[in-house]
Order: sequence, then structure tokens, then C-alpha cells
Amino acid sequence: MTISADRSEAIIAHRARERKRWRYVLLFLLITAVSLVFDIATGPSMLSPSEVIRSLTGIGERAAMTDAIVREFRLPMALVVGAALGAGGAQMQTLLNNPMASPYTLGMAAAAGFGAALSLAFGGFGLHPMISVPIGAFIFSMIAALFLFMLASMRTVRTETIILGGIALLFLFQSLLSLIQFLSSPELSQQILFWLFGSLTKATWPTLALTAVVTLVCCLMLMADSWKLAALRMGEMRALSLGVNVRQLRMKILIIVAVMTATATSFVGVIGFIGLVAPHIARMVVGEDQRFSLPMSVLAGALMLSAASVLSKSIVPGALFPVGIVTAIVGVPFLLWLIFAPRRRTL
Amino acid sequence: MIELENVGIHRQGRSILGGVSTQLDAGKIHVIIGPNGTGKTTLLNAMLGELTLAEGQIQCGNQRLLPGKVRGKSLHGWRDTIAYLPQDTTADIDLTVLEVVVLGRLGKLSLHIDDDTLDAAMQRLEQAGIAHLAGREIASLSGGQRQMVLFAQVMMREPKVMLLDEPVSALDLKHQISLLNLVRRETRARGWVTVIVLHDLNLAFQYADNLLVIAQGKIQAAGTPREVITAELIAQTYGVEVEVLQDRLGNPVIQPVSGG
Repeated sequence: MTISADRSEAIIAHRARERKRWRYVLLFLLITAVSLVFDIATGPSMLSPSEVIRSLTGIGERAAMTDAIVREFRLPMALVVGAALGAGGAQMQTLLNNPMASPYTLGMAAAAGFGAALSLAFGGFGLHPMISVPIGAFIFSMIAALFLFMLASMRTVRTETIILGGIALLFLFQSLLSLIQFLSSPELSQQILFWLFGSLTKATWPTLALTAVVTLVCCLMLMADSWKLAALRMGEMRALSLGVNVRQLRMKILIIVAVMTATATSFVGVIGFIGLVAPHIARMVVGEDQRFSLPMSVLAGALMLSAASVLSKSIVPGALFPVGIVTAIVGVPFLLWLIFAPRRRTL
Repeated sequence: MIELENVGIHRQGRSILGGVSTQLDAGKIHVIIGPNGTGKTTLLNAMLGELTLAEGQIQCGNQRLLPGKVRGKSLHGWRDTIAYLPQDTTADIDLTVLEVVVLGRLGKLSLHIDDDTLDAAMQRLEQAGIAHLAGREIASLSGGQRQMVLFAQVMMREPKVMLLDEPVSALDLKHQISLLNLVRRETRARGWVTVIVLHDLNLAFQYADNLLVIAQGKIQAAGTPREVITAELIAQTYGVEVEVLQDRLGNPVIQPVSGG
């Protein structure tokens, strides 16, 4: 069959759009790599970007001290956690068809905070805080997810109800957290507060590796469902009529997102706004073809948290400003800008 | 062909549709009419396999829906041959028209969209007469244009059964006519069993090969519009007094009798 001129023109235009999106993804990859170098370079002893690159690649002359700092103290936790939060937020928004959805706004982060506080308050149940706190955070984050999961599995429940359920969780765990802080000693309260601010310096190679593997596997699983997720964004009935098992997909994605974000949050504490804002940036740049918007959300999240990490280390030279506070302060005006900025429609 | 045998649907213990038996032939347009809340959409959702039958059965080819929960593979197989177009045309998503249509082939898409799929999507857009919109963002189109795109999307599924739930109620006259003409043309050409719920009775009479009048959860009358439409039937089902006239082709046209 001969292809009409119009038809082939439209196909060529589509291919051009795809190439353009790939270029944006590559551009973000590059910027993220640069921000990673700066994240590693910044700290109590400042390194130059070229020192960092030499140390990372193992090429050229460098001081043994530099290698030690880069490889043992400056772990790229911001990159991995940012990626997890970006991807998690993107799919929460897709799943619930709501731009305000994120692990933070749906109470999973608050639940993690409560779990961490509980574990600190009970002296870690005999375990070292390095182990007991992440476990507490993970368990409660999953309890929150389980609640959302149960809501989602009810046949008559609409996505709006799930969002309201999430907000209820947020308030519940925040007040329970306040209760623990109210009842605990000033020292303990201080400890809890520090965890809540979010800190990337608690990372060790094993926790980083675990978070990275979980994030990677979850992102690949999300990618495999990218078309179904795009269909879901067109409405449940429509997705259903296109052959998507909507309930099953919802469950699956909720579990993936819960495991991914709970893992990340349990090691670094509460870091808001990345999961909310990164997906918006991704969609603004590459649209909602999930093949592009998912990797883009991952990159945008990684980039934002790396940049926030650099900021947190350089606001007060020598001291560490909690990164969770940085993301919130920078995130709010950014979110407002996203809401009020005129929407771009063409790419 | 779809055969419904004594189909009944319950909701919260109450029967909302009962004793529905009819035969829906291929290549024909079957239009469901009836007052609000009498089970039109319910019947469509039952045929989609979205609602559980309380009694009876629905048969399509060698597949059948029976009472009790239908899940997993059997439901998947059932839906495979069915396309469904909801009334709602909102599409608040940053995708181009071409991408939206490509999504119609969901089950067969890999991460790379091949040229054949793009070509098939463009063909559907040409059939719908909107190929020139291919590169536009779906959200920037009018409701009527969006519905044409969404119809092109469900056509990508190459269905045997086409279910449309009030597809034109949000559209202007021009788009109503172009969509229904397109549905008629494709139904004849591809031998679909097409079932449409319509609110506009005159439009229903014009396009229906077979009219199903539903009220109080039952089929009150079925047949060609000429056979079934009488002033009495309309008065019984809608509680409205009308005069039944005829258009040039002999199809019934109704006109409300304005009370004094």
C-alpha cells in the first residue's frame, strides 16, 4: 500500500518529536552528572570538580586523601534518593490522576517519620539506631501504603477518596509524631527532629547500594508498564476499554512506588517536594509519553536533590544545613511558579 | 452477533435490570433509548463485562459471560474484541493526537513504536477525516474533535463489538453528524455489532437499524424505529405527549405536543 504524503509527513513529524525528547533526556542526564560532581566536590573540605572527576574515573594524578574523601564520605545518596522520589511521585500522580499526589502529600513520609520516632523513643528495640530507625520508618511507610492499597482495592472507591485517605494519614501520623515528641526527653526530641529534617549524610555504602538496587528494579518495572500508565491517565473507563486491568495495575504500581519510596525515605528521613515537583518538570519538558516522562522524572528528581544537597552544604560553610529544609524552602516558590506559569502545549 | 438471554443485574440487592433478552446482529447499529436512570448505561457496562450478571447470560461468538464474578483471563478475552467509547471527552493529558490514537493498540505496543503502528493510526485519523490534527495536542482540541480522536483510538483495537455511551451528547450538530456517519460507515464496512446509547430521540431514529427502548429496567420495545415508535410508547416510557411525524425517508420524527 502506498503511504499518502500527509500520512508520511505526520509520521516524520512524530519521529522528529521523539528525537527531540531524547535530546532533552540526554541534556538532563548531562546536567545531572554535572550536579553529581558538584555534590561530591562540596563538603567540609572543598574539592575542585576536576579532582572529583579524576578520582571517580581513576585517571590522572591525585592525592590519596582526595580518593578517600570521594569514595568513602561523599556518597551519591542524593542522586539515588532523588531518583526514587521523582519516579515515585510521578507514578503516584499518574495512578491517582492528581497533580498534588506524592509520597509526601499522601502521608507515607509522615508515617515513615512516625515509625522512625517510635523506634528512637523505644531505644531501637535493642537494635542499633542505624538499623532500627530505617526499619521503623519502612514498616510504618508500608502500613500507610497498605491503607491506601486497601482503599484502592475497594471496587466503589474513587481516586479522590484515596487522596483524602492519604491526607487523613498525613494528619494522623503528624499528630502521633507530635505526641511522641511531647512525651519524650529534650535530647530524644532533638534526635527525632534531626531525622525528620532529612539528612543525606547518614548514608553508607550498603544502604546506598540497597536503595540504588531497589530504585533501579522498581523503575524498570514501572517502565515496562509505561503504555498502560499512559492509558490510565486518560481515565479509568477508557483504560479499561483499552484492555488494561485497572485494579490490578493500580495495586501493582502502588506496591512498587511504596517499596521504592519507603526504602529511600527510611535511610535519609523526610524530604518533601522532590516527589511533587520533579514529575511536573518532566511533563513540562517532554509531555506525558511515559517512555520519556518517567526517565525524565527520575533525572529531574536526582538533579533537584543533588542541587539541594550542594546548597545544604554551602549555605553555612563548614556546617550542614538539613537538606529537607532546603528542598522545602526552594520547592514552595517553585511549586507556585509551576501552578501559575502558563502551560506549554507544544514541543 | 451478541445474544442476551434473560440478563438481570442487581445493585445492592435491588434489581436494576431484568429479563433482558435480545439478539444484536453484526453490521447493524443498535440504539438504546429510554429515560434517565432506567438501566441503559448499566446494560452497556454489563456487555463490557464491567458489571456482574445476577442472572442470564451474554454470548458473543464462542465466549460467554455468566452470573458471578468474571476475572482475569476470561474477562481479558471477552474485552479483547470489544471497544468502548465513554461519553466523557475530557483528555487532560500532554499527548499529541497521533500518540493518543497509537495508545489504542495498547496490548501490542513495545517501547519503540514501529512505522506500521504509526501508519495504522494515521489511517484511522484519515477515516475520521482529522488527519490534519495528528500533531496537535489532544487537550487543545474542541470537545467534538476530541471525540473523533477518541473514536479513532478505539478503532485501533480492531474490535468486533463497538459500545458507545452517549457519544454525541457533548458535541455540536456538525460533530454529532460526522461521528454518527463515521460509526455507520465503519459498522457496515467492518461488520461490527454496534450498540449506542443515545439521548436525542430523533437522532436515534435516524441512525438506528434496531431500536431498544428501555424503561424501568426492562426492554419495552425492540425493532426498527418505524416498527416500534408510536405516540403511546413515548407517552408510556417518557411520560410525555408527542406527535409522531415522518421524515423524507420515512423515519419517525417526534415533536412534543405543547400543553395549553
